[in-house]
Amino acid sequence: MLLTFIIEIFFLLGSIGFIWGLRLMSSPDTARKGNIYAGVGMTLAIIAALIMPLEGNVPNNYIWIFAALIVGTIIGYYSAIKVAMTSMPQMVSVFNGLGGACAVVLGLADVIHYYDETKVVDTLGFLTVLLTLFIGGVAFTGSIFAYAKLEDLVDDKKVTLPKHSVINMVMLAGLIGLGAYILMQGEAIGMEAAIIFLVISLIYGVSFVAPIGGADMPVVISLLNSFSGLSGAAAGILFDSQFMVVGGILVGASGTILTVMMCNAMNRSIWNVLIGGFGGTSAIGATATGGSVKEISLNDASIQLYYSQSVIIVPGYGLAVAQAQKICKEIDDQLSANGVDVKYAIHPVAGRMPGHMNVLLAEADVPYPKLLDLDEANSALSSADVAIIVGANDVVNPAAENDPGSPIYGMPVLKVWNAKSVIVLKRSMRSGYAGIENPLFFHERTKMLFGDAKDVLSKLNSEIKSL
Amino acid sequence: MENFYGFFLDNLLIIYLLAFTVLLGFEIIAKVPTVLHTPLMSGSNAISGVVVIGAILLVRLTEPTDYLTLSLGFAGIVLGMINAAGGFVVTDRMLEMFKKKKK
Repeated sequence: MLLTFIIEIFFLLGSIGFIWGLRLMSSPDTARKGNIYAGVGMTLAIIAALIMPLEGNVPNNYIWIFAALIVGTIIGYYSAIKVAMTSMPQMVSVFNGLGGACAVVLGLADVIHYYDETKVVDTLGFLTVLLTLFIGGVAFTGSIFAYAKLEDLVDDKKVTLPKHSVINMVMLAGLIGLGAYILMQGEAIGMEAAIIFLVISLIYGVSFVAPIGGADMPVVISLLNSFSGLSGAAAGILFDSQFMVVGGILVGASGTILTVMMCNAMNRSIWNVLIGGFGGTSAIGATATGGSVKEISLNDASIQLYYSQSVIIVPGYGLAVAQAQKICKEIDDQLSANGVDVKYAIHPVAGRMPGHMNVLLAEADVPYPKLLDLDEANSALSSADVAIIVGANDVVNPAAENDPGSPIYGMPVLKVWNAKSVIVLKRSMRSGYAGIENPLFFHERTKMLFGDAKDVLSKLNSEIKSL
Repeated sequence: MENFYGFFLDNLLIIYLLAFTVLLGFEIIAKVPTVLHTPLMSGSNAISGVVVIGAILLVRLTEPTDYLTLSLGFAGIVLGMINAAGGFVVTDRMLEMFKKKKK
């Protein structure tokens, strides 16, 4: 009795640890503490699960459990210590996938026990089993495929079949039909049907991620994050564990909110993202941009930056690809030392997952009060002397504001053209992810600085040093 | 339909739990600033490691001779634990970079 009481208190404290921990994530000052609370909550729950009294014959098998816990912890710990911050999206994808895979394993064990009649499951219980297999399966293979995409192991265009959205619809309809059939037949049809259900779910996971790529990756990762949580919650119902349900639902809510935010940041509905991308190159030519491009010399650029009141740096994924965050920070230091107010304007989809750019800049020791979100940046930009754009393109495209014919029309963008002058660092005149021309480059206030981001920034850095 | 009413009434508490957790989750997470979205995601990722609890219970209840289930459970614990341990550690690593710099 006392033991059960203590166990339940542990689970309760664990759930509170999760909720309180997530609440502390609302500020960078307390977030680290929050993460520790959540970690403590998880530890308490694992201890409770190890010692809680269970009904019936309990062989425990502690050797298996401890071996697995140790193996998992070691693998998790070392991959977490080693991963580069630029690879965070890949890491989160893989972890999403593992959570989903674990839920699949739990569902599968229930399926086996249902059919060999060592466990009694009613229809609603079996519906939960199927949901666990489906959500967990999609989270598993979808995340692993998303990882392969982020690592550039697969080519987006090659894995998209003609009429891909129709194929996905058919598969989904098939899953619903098969699921209903399994539930109606009960034990009469045997385990094979449930296995087929799982296999189709696994294939669906890959197929559903296949056509989504490029700039839409943050949406996919958020969505899969939500799935991995929901599969945990479904498994929680199977094991009658309120703790698992609470944890899973919280993750599901978090992933859902981030998905919606990412969609809003691109002014697209979730449906639109899932059904198909921007359609590759078909979008080009919405605007016939004319006019000439003005270049600026390194020397002029450095003088302009050094003697201005306020500079706003607009980093894009190009900055991270070139590994130029540290040099960016050096320039920032030099300018700040001369009394220039330096800030960073960060678009929600600047990186490859939500908030990615903030982490990359934090890694380079940029203090977070210097990082402005979309709204803050847009009010700061109208009074800034110089906006310098490093490796960003679509998120600073004025066509989103004033060209109804543009595919990105309506997407919230950083209004860099409101600054007194704009310097664009760019490798070439190539268009961005979405394949759309950017009239900003031809804007009267814009000057271009061509070259590799890291190379140009280092040269700019030494020019400023010699001033 | 009778079945459905019965189900609802029998599971009233868990339905309350679901409803309130969903609302609470949305409420808390909407307050997280954009700066912290990546740590939020990796941290919540670690939380989705709760599946490890289910895997532990599964192994504890398995007959020592049922190697199929034991292997499934073992795999489940390893997968869930990588998720949980790795998630918390990498989140801590990220958040450490956000701490206030004293200069």
